Amino acid sequence: MIAQGRRVITEAMEAEIEALAPRYPNRRALVLPALHIVNRELLHVPLDAVVDIAAVLGLPPAEVQDTLSFYQFFPQEKPHGKVRAFVCRSISCALRGGDELLEKLCHAHGIHPYGTTPDGELTIEPAECLGACDFAPCILANDDLLMNMTPEVAVTELKKPRRRAT
Amino acid sequence: MTPFKPVLLEAVGVPDGHTLASYRGRGGYAPLEATLAQKQPNDVVEMVKASGLRGRGGAGFSTGLKWTFLPKDHPGPIYLCVNADESEPGTFNNRILMEDDPHQVLEGTILSSFATRASTAYLYLRYEYPRSWHRLQAAIDECYAAGLLGRNILGSGFSLDIYLHRGAAAYICGEETGLIESLEGKRAWPRIKPPFPAIEGVFKKPTVVNNIETMACVAQIARRGVDWFKSIGVPADPNNPRDPGSYGPKLYCLSGHVEKPGCYEAPLGITLRQLVDQHGGGVWKGRRAKAAIPGGISMGLFTEAEFDTPLDFAGPGKVGCLGLGTAAVVVIDDQTSIVDFLHNSCRFFAHESCGQCTPCREGTSWSLRILERIRAGRGRLKDLDILLELGTTMGMMPGSTICGLADGAAWPIKNAINKFRGEFEDFIKRTNPAGWMVTDPVPALTIVGAH
Ligand SMILES: Cc1cc2nc3c(=O)[nH]c(=O)nc-3n(C[C@H](O)[C@H](O)[C@H](O)COP(=O)(O)O)c2cc1C
Ligand code: SF4
Ligand code: FES
Repeated sequence: MIAQGRRVITEAMEAEIEALAPRYPNRRALVLPALHIVNRELLHVPLDAVVDIAAVLGLPPAEVQDTLSFYQFFPQEKPHGKVRAFVCRSISCALRGGDELLEKLCHAHGIHPYGTTPDGELTIEPAECLGACDFAPCILANDDLLMNMTPEVAVTELKKPRRRAT
Repeated sequence: MTPFKPVLLEAVGVPDGHTLASYRGRGGYAPLEATLAQKQPNDVVEMVKASGLRGRGGAGFSTGLKWTFLPKDHPGPIYLCVNADESEPGTFNNRILMEDDPHQVLEGTILSSFATRASTAYLYLRYEYPRSWHRLQAAIDECYAAGLLGRNILGSGFSLDIYLHRGAAAYICGEETGLIESLEGKRAWPRIKPPFPAIEGVFKKPTVVNNIETMACVAQIARRGVDWFKSIGVPADPNNPRDPGSYGPKLYCLSGHVEKPGCYEAPLGITLRQLVDQHGGGVWKGRRAKAAIPGGISMGLFTEAEFDTPLDFAGPGKVGCLGLGTAAVVVIDDQTSIVDFLHNSCRFFAHESCGQCTPCREGTSWSLRILERIRAGRGRLKDLDILLELGTTMGMMPGSTICGLADGAAWPIKNAINKFRGEFEDFIKRTNPAGWMVTDPVPALTIVGAH
């Protein structure tokens, strides 16, 4: 993974980041919001974007990369699927079939956990408690909470196109 | 006894209950208007102190007292961080408050900011709550339009901005100093305390961190009064001068093997059995319970025989649990393996440890590896002693870590093994007939990876 030296963030993204600046007393606090904005648009945050964000915020790229790497949330090598499905594996979901749900979904879509389908449509990721244990087992697919899932229903749900995550 | 009427959840099921108009119709924001017109910040601090309100985020620290730790006559800025990172497995009450009654949360936040003289409040919201994000942002926009936020609120001279800030799927951002570091744009490594956030918090300024449900309670105390709040719950134990009591209504999350999972409001001190039977419709499928998590997975386990323990701040500790935590109850039926439960718990903490402290980083990851090996049929009785040693040595309480995540990892290990040792031993002997008695080191399984 090396930076290509191309500018990848757009002026619109930069303007959106800049619009948040008055909320914070320094620009480092904009790192996480900026990462979210870029990831929302590019479905990943490649190293070039890290360099761009650092330039916009006036920070060393290493500081941005340091923060990014902590969260394991922003893919860098390649984009996640157009639908990013977080399948809960924590206790309340596990007690109601969460682990089986994850396994069957990965099998049905022919990918491993954290993998993306070859057409780039779907990424399936194990997740910790989604805060929706009243609907266990559950999945967060982009902005949609899929509740009380069975493997059968979930397989079809995850084939549907969805609005982008906000 | 008169039936208990939900207050914190009064908007649930009300059409458009999340709007400003609906909230005002229920009496909302009138207390804020009266406070700004007639009261001083210190009056609000005194009110909250007198109510006995204890923080709902997990630690149960007195909210009013925490506010008094801020430096007096500080030139500012002072910050309020509202903790909506809610990630403790089993917990979802903050989500319901934010989705169904965001204005209750905001009124509490504005009152608390006034009390603490904060002019900016950051609401740190976990990424996985997009619906809460939109509901809160819409409610904040309504407040600005109505003059309830911004410069010189309602002509009082008090100014406040509330900003939403989204996390990125890391449990440790719920720990208050992890939250602060994350908000500052850094990795969410909890800070060594002291200094406590009240002295040096976010952006090196005095900071108060409070939970979403705590904010909702502040709004209701302002509306209904200290006496109302103190009339609910469990009074302080007169024989224990260090017990501040457990006052007020509480949101209990109920999930796992119950017929009707959900978020239920009840007076602090309801027993786990009452909660399951009266609200949850009993254990699912007519089965019996084997155990339950009393307040989020970090708090450990009740055995079925302990279900009559009251879920107040003092109750769970009496049966060896860590505390009330988030009051999230997860019921485990008698057909579930405690080995599987503990494996799930260890996997969670191994994944979520931030890695700063060796006992936590190594302890959580080794406990997972040992559980993987036990489940694979290569456990030894000696492993239970090793697990117990990990469980008793990692954490803030034994003094080996920076934050409480490690205590939360340790408690399920200790409780599960101490309370269900027979089941572990049976499992190990049954699945590893040739090797359960070995005490020499054994090769680890190659681990698929905690992450
Ligand atoms: C590992 C860990 C995770 C935590 N997660 C949360 C959380 O998600 N939400 C929360 O309000 N408090 C959480 N807390 C507790 C906070 O550190 C803090 O005590 C709380 O937000 C204070 O608010 P309160 O006094 O209103 O309860 C967590 C603590 C630890 C040690
Ligand atoms: S106890 Fe664990 S989570 Fe907390 S600071 Fe130490 S390593 Fe990080
Ligand atoms: S355990 Fe799956 S949503 Fe909470």
